[in-house]
Amino acid sequence: MDRRSAALGRGLLYLLPLGFLGVFFFYPLLAVVVQSFAPGGRLDLAPIANLWREPYFGRALWFTTWQATLSTAVTLALGMPAAFVFARYRFRGKTVLRALTTIPFVLPAMVVAAAFTALLGSRGWLNSLLMDWFDMARAPVRLQQTIWLVLLAHAFYNTTVVVRIVGGFWSNLDTRLSEAARVLGGNRARVFFEITLPLLLPAVAAAGLLIFLFCFTSFGVILILGGPRFATLEVEIYRQAVALFRLPEASAIALAQIVLTFVVMAIYTRAQARASLPLNLRPAAATEIPPTTPAHKVFVGLTVAGLLLFLVSPLVALALRSLAEGDDALRYFRELFVNRTNSLFYVPPGLAIRNSVFFALITTVLALAIGTLTAALMARARTLGTVLLEPLVLLPLGTSAVTLGFGYLLTMGQPPLNLRASAVLVPIAHTLVAFPFVVRTLLPVMRGINPDWREAAAVLGASPWTAWREVDLPIVGRALLVAALFAFTTSMGEFGATLLIARPEFPTMPLVIYRLLGQPGALNYGQAMAMSTLLMLVCAVAFVLIERFRVGQVGEF
Amino acid sequence: MKRKRLLFLLVAAAVAATLAACTPVPVASPTPPVAGTGEPATSPAEPTGVRGARTVTIMTHDSFSVSEDVVAQFQAQCGCTVQFLKSGDTGLALNKAILSKSNPLADVFFGVDNTFLSRGLAGDIFEAYASPALAQMPAELKLDPGNRLLPVDFGYVTINYDKAYFAENDVPLPSTLRDLADPAYESLLVVENPATSSPGLSFLLATIATFGEAGEYTYLDFWRDLRKNDVLVTDGWEDAYYGQFSGGSGEGDRPMAVSYATSPAAEVFFADPQPAESPTANLLLPGGSFKQIEFVGILKGAREPELARQWVDFMLGETFQEDIPLQMWIYPALPGADLPEVFTKHAQVPTDAVAMTPDQIEAGRENWIQTWTDAVLR
Repeated sequence: MDRRSAALGRGLLYLLPLGFLGVFFFYPLLAVVVQSFAPGGRLDLAPIANLWREPYFGRALWFTTWQATLSTAVTLALGMPAAFVFARYRFRGKTVLRALTTIPFVLPAMVVAAAFTALLGSRGWLNSLLMDWFDMARAPVRLQQTIWLVLLAHAFYNTTVVVRIVGGFWSNLDTRLSEAARVLGGNRARVFFEITLPLLLPAVAAAGLLIFLFCFTSFGVILILGGPRFATLEVEIYRQAVALFRLPEASAIALAQIVLTFVVMAIYTRAQARASLPLNLRPAAATEIPPTTPAHKVFVGLTVAGLLLFLVSPLVALALRSLAEGDDALRYFRELFVNRTNSLFYVPPGLAIRNSVFFALITTVLALAIGTLTAALMARARTLGTVLLEPLVLLPLGTSAVTLGFGYLLTMGQPPLNLRASAVLVPIAHTLVAFPFVVRTLLPVMRGINPDWREAAAVLGASPWTAWREVDLPIVGRALLVAALFAFTTSMGEFGATLLIARPEFPTMPLVIYRLLGQPGALNYGQAMAMSTLLMLVCAVAFVLIERFRVGQVGEF
Repeated sequence: MKRKRLLFLLVAAAVAATLAACTPVPVASPTPPVAGTGEPATSPAEPTGVRGARTVTIMTHDSFSVSEDVVAQFQAQCGCTVQFLKSGDTGLALNKAILSKSNPLADVFFGVDNTFLSRGLAGDIFEAYASPALAQMPAELKLDPGNRLLPVDFGYVTINYDKAYFAENDVPLPSTLRDLADPAYESLLVVENPATSSPGLSFLLATIATFGEAGEYTYLDFWRDLRKNDVLVTDGWEDAYYGQFSGGSGEGDRPMAVSYATSPAAEVFFADPQPAESPTANLLLPGGSFKQIEFVGILKGAREPELARQWVDFMLGETFQEDIPLQMWIYPALPGADLPEVFTKHAQVPTDAVAMTPDQIEAGRENWIQTWTDAVLR
């Protein structure tokens, strides 16, 4: 294939992710901006200029930034030991434990609030225990509507991002480097800070960036667990757009949010460019050891115990709450199969599970296809195309769902894009949120692959495809699985669901949970907890299946 | 070349799968469980409407519900299919309808309430329709003289209390709104944020109507006193009721919560076995309840205006009206409509519920919410 057609081919490949972003992100966003600032064709940027004079904006901006920074720091601090243990040690129940740590990611905020209430609420386990022991009249631990609960919830949601992205990368790092440093007399801490951490930096930065953006645009957690005293930019957008219906103000805040996402991305890209170097990445199986010495055993044991306490106990509390009191424990699960009021909108649990899994699978395929392509292009030499693509890819994560939803309303009403009330938008909206994850998960690994190997393969006569399959794929395989898992999870958790103009005809599990929590009564609440438990179970099974996935060498890590 | 072909295949497969997956299926298309056995339905049911027939589309909020057989009856009657588009909470759904008015998503919009009525009318999205069924509706529910929005149902926002708490702790029930600021009731009440929650806004409006904006004790004085008495504010009803309220199915430790007057009845209905008495009751304080009225309207530019009119008539008719209580836990607007026993036995109706005119609400809302936020949350 000659040079020019190769360049042309690459240009066409750029078009796919760009086209997807263009049609389903920039075009609707542009429509909202036009509608907001130039409704009658006359440009009026006053709402943007006025934004700086609004006291709530400064307050929300400051709060949004510091809570996201702190949440990211807390999550990284909690996640790093876990990432290390999962990367370096082989122990019983590892796959299941890792699957469990990912479950928080799919739970709707209302359900996480219910789990925390069951554990830490004024009538929760912890307080009941303390009140019992110390004979107190009032609950001593009062976390409701504090920033602590917000931080805790953000860490609860996102620890898995560190475990997956950093842990995945870590397991591919060549241990011989740090072993050599140890032999040369470096102590454990020095080796970690001077050898391992710098090598891990691209993955740590990628995970940190994703967590920061998630917390930056946090909505449900802030509203429900933080309470109305805390308002992020995302909450202010919702308030302006929905409660007050001031579209220009809402769009102005949304644009400010996008600009900030860009700034964060720029800082990240610079740091990343300096940190990333080609490494001799190795299959994970080659770097894994069972914990043998007592010190290793204690460390692994403590980390596992910490994970169980912090991530798994709320899940257990939730599952226990779904059991009815008395001798008929599965009462609420059986009630899920009953349409007590003969409602048209009743959804049998089997159907909800099927719809959720179905959308999640489509999202996974779409996000992997577009995301792998994007990451592969970006991992190659820095050209104008990759420099432009890199910050664009993450923008959907930093964009207000309400605003973009309005954009869909304005743009998807005519053929060929007559999708406003169509279920096709469901996997598309999910993909928009999922594919930045795929890109961020793959990129550190793809950039870490030593290009010498690829060249060696080419010199030995391998076609680019063969070289990719034989060199890249075995190393990228693990990251691909992680990416698939994130895409699946994103969809199961209904991220970006508010994007949708109308509720799809295919009701999913989170939608059933929301519907049940909309009316009072023990059966409704019990069923909501039962459905949440089913959601956790389905996800746990799917995660274990994805982890066990093997095709040729992929997954043999 | 090979790689490109593979990628192309991947993408093509993905797109094909997406399209294949999303062939339109009529609304919710639930299968009725086999009577008596509670067996799950595994395959989606055939739509009750006639395939290929015309479709009337109803845009509504997420809390909307209706019985399967009621919709089936209408579909048989009109020879058409009914499709529902649930579009978020009331405010979000209405904003979406206004934003898409040049190319409407639906024929009918249901769920504008009296707090949003003025915004709906100002948005100029509704077509006037003097339904013959309006004749039977009480005059006090017909808030739009132009008949663009027609009353369908109403309900009351009021304070629920946990019977067990007050009995066990031997605390007398508060008898006026101002009692709530008494130290005896410190940390006992949870309310919703009026900026984000419909019952929250309704309760704020009730206090504004009761205490007024001027005078020696205004609504803001009342709210400042509530704040001193450690009132808890949540952003939504779900968290207030399930997360903070101690009564009934609530998991919290506050024995008073702003909720709906029918919630005690729902506590009975959605319990198994059903108790003889509700664990919660309404605290019907003078001036402490707000009447919410919900309306339906035909959207301008509707593709099926004739079917839309039929649907509106149907909604105002006896069959639909009598279906309302157990589906949405509110009262039918039609005066003679039968109420289920659980309503008549367990839901007390406030006699002095505050009703503000939609114009008053629209004119005051933004400022009230802002001053309230500054007084209670900052």
